[in-house]
Amino acid sequence: MTSTQFEHGFDPQERASLDKRLSEGLKEKLIEAALFACGFVSILTTFGIIAIIFRVTFEFFQQVSLAEFFLDTKWTPLFADRHFGVWPLINGTFLTTAIAMVVAVPLGLASAIYLAEYAKPKVAAVLRPAVELLAGVPTVVYGYFALLFITPLLRNFLPLEIFNALSAGLMMGIMITPTVGSISLDSIRAVPRSLREGSYALGLTKLETIVKVVLPAALSGIAASIILGISRAVGETMTVLIAAGQQPRLTLNPLESISTMTAYMAQISGGDSPRGSVNFKTLYAVGAVLFLITLALNIVSHWITNRLKEKYD
Amino acid sequence: MTTSFSSPDFQDTTTAGFAPNIDRREWISKVAEYVFLTGLLLGLFVLALLLFDILGDGLARFLTPGFMTETPSRFPNLGGIRPAIVSSLLLGLLVIVVAVPIGVGAALYLEEYAPQNWWTALIEINISNLAGVPSIVYGLLGLGVFNYLLGFGPALISGALTLALLSLPVIIVTAREAVRAVPDSLRHASLGLGVTKWQTIQHHVLPYAIPGILTGVIISVSRAIGDAACLIVVGAVSFLTFNPGLFQRFMALPIQIYTYITRPEPGFSNAAAATIIVLLLVILALNGTAIYIRQRFSNLI
Repeated sequence: MTSTQFEHGFDPQERASLDKRLSEGLKEKLIEAALFACGFVSILTTFGIIAIIFRVTFEFFQQVSLAEFFLDTKWTPLFADRHFGVWPLINGTFLTTAIAMVVAVPLGLASAIYLAEYAKPKVAAVLRPAVELLAGVPTVVYGYFALLFITPLLRNFLPLEIFNALSAGLMMGIMITPTVGSISLDSIRAVPRSLREGSYALGLTKLETIVKVVLPAALSGIAASIILGISRAVGETMTVLIAAGQQPRLTLNPLESISTMTAYMAQISGGDSPRGSVNFKTLYAVGAVLFLITLALNIVSHWITNRLKEKYD
Repeated sequence: MTTSFSSPDFQDTTTAGFAPNIDRREWISKVAEYVFLTGLLLGLFVLALLLFDILGDGLARFLTPGFMTETPSRFPNLGGIRPAIVSSLLLGLLVIVVAVPIGVGAALYLEEYAPQNWWTALIEINISNLAGVPSIVYGLLGLGVFNYLLGFGPALISGALTLALLSLPVIIVTAREAVRAVPDSLRHASLGLGVTKWQTIQHHVLPYAIPGILTGVIISVSRAIGDAACLIVVGAVSFLTFNPGLFQRFMALPIQIYTYITRPEPGFSNAAAATIIVLLLVILALNGTAIYIRQRFSNLI
């Protein structure tokens, strides 16, 4: 080697390797930035939902007063005699949700308790996915079954209207059972074994141990699962759209046809209300109410779950 | 407590105070087991009933020649559902193409790169909240952003992008779990040899995480294929006589089912049931693949 090769004070080979490392460092930075951008999409999505819903909702409330929206008891934006009272839709939503939870809470809890406390591991490994299949069935299929199987069946005993809150609610309950069951199951399994052993040592039976020791210890997870189930039921669209009807009524009678917030939204989307009209804007106003309700429920559920985690870790 | 036992078994035993009425309590406990099992089986019973009912209503129509390959007709016993099948397949494909890279990227960022600060916490809270936003609200987002803002109108691409955003939270959450499950020793071994972070992820973390990621992807795509609410808002049509293109009006299998259910003429409910059979077969195939992948690769590491 001659000294000319060292004129820059670097071994060329070392220099090349340095360049390579610099460019690799740059590449690494670019990749990190790209991955960060992927994570940022979730922020953009939330921002997009909020911006779009609340901008049009704001326009809506310049034409219809907040007082009318929240105090009137009729929802007839498509009729000649127009009323914009959202209560009938909220009422319908909570009626179907309440019926759904009457089904989903006992079935979900029973499934969770059986799988966690009684089932042998091999049986649980088969039964758990089987129950979760219920959540994988598209909701439009539940709508079909509610309208064309459950309703005719119930009409043998009850004076049901063809579209009614009861069938839709019962069907939604079956659908939401895995939501309640799955999270409850995890929280029941998270209860330390020592608590159960302590209970058995005091002479309690298995059922007494479950009811008096395990369930209270898992209570926060169970509560979170129920709230999440309510949120699912409130946001569910196709089942109620098909089976519960599209008649906004302020009634607590589950035998009657009602309309929910989601069913109304689907109905107005399928119609031909022109984009700038008040009718069209009701879609966003109702959407805003739905969004805020489900958001509140999800935050509460999330908050309870986080408290649970802190307790056992 | 001790005053309430009435069973004669214990009256002459000295341990009565320690084992009050134990046979009866054990019996109740045993009965409860079957009550819980009944609760669990009730859901499965309804599922079985549903499948049986749908097969009964729709099998004959499903087996009609041309049901899968022809375009819809105004008559319930004629025509087929090809445009809906093609729409749903295209929607599913686009959801994979769009949502998977973004979802896996976000998962890698959160698991491998993200510092523990308020900004990361914000992204995490965001994702868990997005997972709970109802499908129909995503419809409003799609309508606003893709139909109006980007000017696609009520086209297949708008529906697909909306479904992609809907699937994203589930993909991110499951991909994160898969990435987290890769043991740190693998990363340390790779980094210890002087390899860069991305090369470690690319050659070691990702290959191990792929079965888990794939399972999540398949499950979220099967949900997207079954979803109708957001597509109704975005503007899926109820009747389509051609295979849709990317920027054309579109349908989907669930929309086809909804359309058939709402037609008053008799016979359309059978067409709805037949379409449900197709949709359930697609979803069953997807879920079956997911379960297979999970079982096949579960003890890779």
